[in-house]
Amino acid sequence: MRKINTRLIEDAVYKAALHAGINLTPSCLNAMESARLSEKNEAAKFALETLIENSKIAVAQNMPVCQDTGMAVVLLEIGQEVFLEGKLLSDAVNDGVRRAYKDGYFRKSVCDPITRRNTGDNTPAAIHTEITAGDKIKLTFMPKGFGSENMSKLYMLKPAQSVQGIIDAIVNTVKSAGSRPCPPVYVGVGIGGTFDTCAFLAKKALTRDVGIHNPDPTVAEIEKTAYRSINNLDIGCQGFHGTITALGVSCETAPTHIAGLPVAVNIQCHCVRCVKEEI
Amino acid sequence: MKKLTLPLAKQQIEELHAGDSVSLTGVILTARDEAHKEIFKHLDNSLPLPFELKNSVIYFAGPCPAKPDKASGSCGPTTSARMESFAPRMLSFGVSAFIGKGEMNEATREALKKFTGVYFAAIGGAGALYGNAIKKCECIAFPELLSEAVYRLEVENFPAVVAYDCRGGSIY
Repeated sequence: MRKINTRLIEDAVYKAALHAGINLTPSCLNAMESARLSEKNEAAKFALETLIENSKIAVAQNMPVCQDTGMAVVLLEIGQEVFLEGKLLSDAVNDGVRRAYKDGYFRKSVCDPITRRNTGDNTPAAIHTEITAGDKIKLTFMPKGFGSENMSKLYMLKPAQSVQGIIDAIVNTVKSAGSRPCPPVYVGVGIGGTFDTCAFLAKKALTRDVGIHNPDPTVAEIEKTAYRSINNLDIGCQGFHGTITALGVSCETAPTHIAGLPVAVNIQCHCVRCVKEEI
Repeated sequence: MKKLTLPLAKQQIEELHAGDSVSLTGVILTARDEAHKEIFKHLDNSLPLPFELKNSVIYFAGPCPAKPDKASGSCGPTTSARMESFAPRMLSFGVSAFIGKGEMNEATREALKKFTGVYFAAIGGAGALYGNAIKKCECIAFPELLSEAVYRLEVENFPAVVAYDCRGGSIY
């Protein structure tokens, strides 16, 4: 058994949040650079150049890369040999978020769903915990903007719809989102599970580096086919048309019920921000 | 790139075409979902607004807080489609232009034609770059809405693209 004080988790969340709000992931930057080089549409190319320049300004001046510094999504994979001590885990995570969003001059974008009153400190975070083997904690911090989150969808397909149904669901979600979610998008897809776990799989798929495929070749093929179809939609960066509408498609699967085929499509804008730490 | 000084005269708006790159200098006002609701509450109850809608340029945006050495924090556009239910009426009260990101509906495009307005697309996600184009930022209404309040921004060389012109032309 290893004792970990939740103060360490709070500090890790704090550091991860400050970094994530300012820095795009290296795999996202690579994908944006490739997009800039291959895009032929002039307006879309200009937009891609502007966005790459923006990411450099953000780092140089320590400013949020996008003003939507997101809702804080925190994934904690906790080894079952860990004994947590100190303040409540969720309090530790929220305290880390609260401090980071204040010290980083990040926007506080969380509000009551009915009254719309802002909570004032960007808490609570969306916290997911999983119990894993070992005595370590893996933390993934992903600030999620809502221009793209709003364009996400969950489908309960019929098993007969099969692989083609999955691909159509992915492509149609991006198509109907059009210019609204800040394309080029990164598409996280959950396939299988239940209504709720499917949505979580889609979110988890977005924590994978852009350009890395699922190790299962059948799933990787779905990713590649959907990616090609999306880039034939002619939406382009910002909806200005062109050949780069997606930076990538990432699918995660889980066994499901014999009667169902849940597919969740979680859209991420081109600002892919994700920090992973091990405690 | 066309350099435009705000506010825009009707004649200047008529000379803009969908797809034109522009650079804006002058005063713009931010308003997102909640600010629009407040503005409409005032209009519906004939209450005076603490700012003029006539000839204004409305930016669908909510800034990050400014660091002590900056006029504004990061401040790129938000998704305009969420404001399309308000847009025609805003134009009828004299708003001359919107700045946002992404498509808006047919009713908005018709209203832009009717009232000779223009919709500029800023580059969504370029928050830091747009933050630096803001030289002065002042909250002028609904401060309780925090980042969703109405801010009066003085901008210099704010890059955008004409998304919808006043003849029904569209970049999308």
